[in-house]
Order: sequence, then structure tokens, then C-alpha cells
Amino acid sequence: MALPVHKPTRVRPAAPVALLVLAAVGAAFFVVPLIGLVLRTPWAGTWDQLRSPEVLTALRLSLLASFSATAMALVFGVPLAWTFARLTFPGRAVLRAVTVLPMVLPPVVGGVALLLAFGRRGLLGGWLATTFGIHLPFTTTGAIIAETFVAMPFLVITVEAGLRSMDTRFEDAARTLGASRWTVLRRVTLPLVRPSLVAGAVLCWARALGEFGATITFAGNFPGRTQTMPLAVYLALETNPDAAIGLSLVLLAVSLAVLIGLRDRWLGAS
Amino acid sequence: MRVGIGTFELDVDLKVEPGEVVAVLGPNGAGKTSLLRGLAGLLPLDAGRVALDGVVLEEPAAGVFVPSERRPIAMVFQDYLLFPHLTVLENVAFGLRSRGTSRSEAAASAHRWLERVGLQTEAQRKPVSLSGGQAQRVALARALATSPALLLLDEPMAALDASTRVDLRRDLRRHLESFRGVRLLVTHDPVEALAMADRLVILEQGRVLQSGSPADVTQHPRSRYVADLVGVNLFRGRASHDVITLAEGGSLTAAGAGEGDVFAVVHPRTVALYRTRPDGTPRNVWEGRAVDLDLQGDRVRVQLAGAPRIVAEVTPAAVRELGLDRGDTVWIAVKATEIVVYPA
Repeated sequence: MALPVHKPTRVRPAAPVALLVLAAVGAAFFVVPLIGLVLRTPWAGTWDQLRSPEVLTALRLSLLASFSATAMALVFGVPLAWTFARLTFPGRAVLRAVTVLPMVLPPVVGGVALLLAFGRRGLLGGWLATTFGIHLPFTTTGAIIAETFVAMPFLVITVEAGLRSMDTRFEDAARTLGASRWTVLRRVTLPLVRPSLVAGAVLCWARALGEFGATITFAGNFPGRTQTMPLAVYLALETNPDAAIGLSLVLLAVSLAVLIGLRDRWLGAS
Repeated sequence: MRVGIGTFELDVDLKVEPGEVVAVLGPNGAGKTSLLRGLAGLLPLDAGRVALDGVVLEEPAAGVFVPSERRPIAMVFQDYLLFPHLTVLENVAFGLRSRGTSRSEAAASAHRWLERVGLQTEAQRKPVSLSGGQAQRVALARALATSPALLLLDEPMAALDASTRVDLRRDLRRHLESFRGVRLLVTHDPVEALAMADRLVILEQGRVLQSGSPADVTQHPRSRYVADLVGVNLFRGRASHDVITLAEGGSLTAAGAGEGDVFAVVHPRTVALYRTRPDGTPRNVWEGRAVDLDLQGDRVRVQLAGAPRIVAEVTPAAVRELGLDRGDTVWIAVKATEIVVYPA
């Protein structure tokens, strides 16, 4: 005889009313601005706004700068993450703290620091200018540097966490099969931390795309050269609010796409 | 070779002949995996020497260290460690590709190896979809494809279901026999060691306690670990005129015990129990208390405290007849001719 099987019903914790009210306020704090943005969008005019040369220029520059910053972060950040995850050396903790500092540092301060390093009278800036003729401040390259500075830590800590949690015996196995250190890295380590690499790169790119403070401080606000989308939004708000709303909507759509993509594929939807 | 890891120290002197299958047997934490990692170059030695076919691979005193990837040594890891992002074929071809063989040649060779282990149809699958036995064969093929001079196997059966182990052990033995080089296997499973090995090495707390043919090791245990595995009583003491004075207290009289430090083995089945002091032939009689009774198959194992303490195996009928229970005192008798004595 088959016995009826009851799914055990979970006992819901009784929620204190005050807590629920505060939670509702907290949620509204995020929901209301989004509704405001969507409701106040002049849908009829938005399409034309988005096709205006100023917006297209800013969008193109934003994409160029954010992808370049992500590429730089991958080239320098992955080796840095590997160093932090696998090597022990004196001063590692301090170096690591300095590396992730931009995550908590006000971006404007980052911009000032970059100016003092790479500016005309900066630590390296003068040397770069006289030796190589390279001027970073107030150039597109400068915007990329500013975005990399702010966004790279996201990649470094994500990839470092991935390297730390991976089973390093796979690397041992590869070595006993005759793989050189470089081959192990290329064919075993990096493929195994691919989810962390992708998540880190996406987070890094999203942060770079939204970068404002460090960019405007270090690279300035020159249309076509250093004026990225967030800068354009800020400027447009004064002169052409409708354009600002349209641009904001584009950035919102991009952010949402990133969040959904990450959630489904790499962060594990709950 | 000598390796120190924290407070643990591994000190092993081991020589393996070509074509020999040697099983290193020891309890968990004996240093078995460290031994293999040391040989493979994954754990640097503090002192000692690793040599293979006359070539020194590592000797800290002489500043010699050949890195893992340049040692002709392959390893089958405990949970196989197949690369999850590569197909079965790519896994088997990995070693050859790493050593510079062309892609097509490596693939062809990998196909041949998969055929040998009966997995040619699984070539394009990912390791995650394989059964434990299939994964083991892929790991073996991956290791052998590099034509190593020494094959290390770390607990090759531990990750498998008990139900499939017997068949898979036979398969593994067959595959190992087709390999010409030196095979060194570590395990904590005595059945596995006895089934696979030409020679047993008993490792405990980082030291080799005993080494020899499976028959020799099981008949002449030299440690409590081996004695417990085989299920016999092991005593150590000093013999003089057929009387062995035991280290743990008490003495045993044995025919031909000789002189000096000896081991004495008493099989539990040869231990007789009596309610009252027996008369007659047995030369060893002492009183003991039954500490524990345990039914094993058709016999009852009785743990007895006394001088010395001993384990007896008697029939359930005998237990009933004696009215024996935990805490009861009985007379223990062992014939002098039933004690096997050999030098320590």
C-alpha cells in the first residue's frame, strides 16, 4: 500500500511588523527611482535623442574606454590575482590592500591621486612626457587609465577568490603529465577558473562603464575625447533633461542585462 | 627519502625492481600520499635521494632537483583528477601534447589507449558523465600514455563503490600487468594490496615497518597494525631456553623459541578457554578476564585481559558451554607447538 507522502511544510518565522515596514521602505528606496526614470522618459523623443551625434559620440567613447579598461584589467589583473592567490612574500597583505583600495576610495580621490602620479608635474607624468611624449591627463587614454584604476580591483578579487577555491591538485596532475608551468596555467588553471574570469571581467566592465569621479578629475570632460556616457548624462541634465533621461535609460538597460546574465550563468540564481 | 611536513616526518628507504608491483600499505595518515608526492616531485625532499633507472631525480645534498614535469613518472590520483573542462580524449592526449607531440599524433595515440581500456566509444564525453570505474580507466590511460618508467597509484580503488570493486580490481590488475615499468601503489585496504602486489611495504607514522612478499608479511607480522589486519595475536619479547619473557608482561613457552628478541604469533583459533584450570599437555596456562565478546561469522572473538592479553576465537557452542559473558574470569591455554616464533 502506498502511503500518501506529505511534503514537510516549512514553518514560516513570524515576522515582526516593524521589521516588515522598514524593509518595505528599504525596497521602495530602490524601486521608486527606477519607476521615476521609466515613467518620466519622453518615449516619443527618446529615439531621436539617442541618435543625436553627441549621444552617439559619448556612447562610442564609453564602449571603447570600458572595453579597453577591461582588457587592461585582464592583462595585468589576472597575473596580480594569481600572485596574491599562490605566492607568499613579505608585504603581500599591504600590497593587496592597496590594490583593492580603489573599491572603497572615493573615485574623485582616485582621480586626484592619478593626477599626482601621471599629471604634468606628477611622479611619472613629467618623465613620460619628456621621454616618450606621452600625455595622459585629459586624453582618451587618460579616461581608460582612470576607469582601469577604479574597475580592476573587482576583477582581481573575483579571480583571486576563484584561484583560491580551485583544487590545485589538478595542477599537480598536469605537471606529472609533463606540462610546463606555462602550459599548466594556460590549459588547466585558467580554464578551471573561467567562471571567475568571466564574472570578474563583467563586473569590471560594468564598473568601468559607470565610472564618473576619477574620469572627470583625471581626464576632464571633453566631448569626443573624454566625455563618456555618465559624464554626458550629468552635463545633459543641466541643458537637456530629456537627453539625460534617455542616456540614463541606456545605462540602466546595460546594467540590468549584466545583472541578469551574471545571475543566470555564474552567480547561481537562488 | 626524508620529508618533513610540520611536525610529521616521513623517512622511507624503498627500492623497487623493474617489473615489480609494490603496494605500500598503511593506516590513514601514515604518509603514503606524501611518499608518492615526494617521488613525483610535487613535495620537495628535505634529505635523501630519489633515483630511477640509475638517474638521480632528486638529491638535496647534491643540489639535484628534476621538476615534476621532467620526471618520467606518471601518477593516478586518488579521485583521478580528470580535467573537467576537457573531453576524455583530450584528457588522455594531455601528457603527449604537453611533451610536444603534434595534435593529430597525440589524438591517435590517445585513441589507441582508450581502445586498450575499452573506452573508445566514450572519447568525446566529458569526465563528469563517466562512472567511477570508467574514470579510473581514463586516469590510467592518461598516465600510461606518457610511457612513464614509474607509475604511481594513490588509493586507486578508494573512490569506487564497494559493489563494483572486485571486478574493477581484476581489470586494473590486468591493465597493470601489461605495463612494463615499475608500479608503486599505496593503499589502506589490505585486500587491495594483497590482490595487486608482488611485494608489500608496511608504512606507519612515516616509517617502513616491514617489507616482503604478501605471504611473508602476513605470516610474520612485525607490527600490531599488520597483526590486526591479519587477525592474529602478536607478542614481542626476549627468548631464553624456549621461554619468551614478554614486553607487556607475562611469558610464553614455545618450542624452538631460540635466544634474543623475538616476535611470537598466536592464532586466535588455537587459544583454548576453560572454566577451571586445565591439566595435561598445554604448556601455557594463565588466567584472564573476558573484556568483550564479538560474533564474527561462525566464530566468537573473545578479547581477554590478563598477562598477556590475548584474543581467542571459539565456537558459539563453546561460549554457551562455558557460560561465558563479559567480565567473567576464565583459564586460557595455548599449546607450545602452536606458537610461531621469529627473530625481531
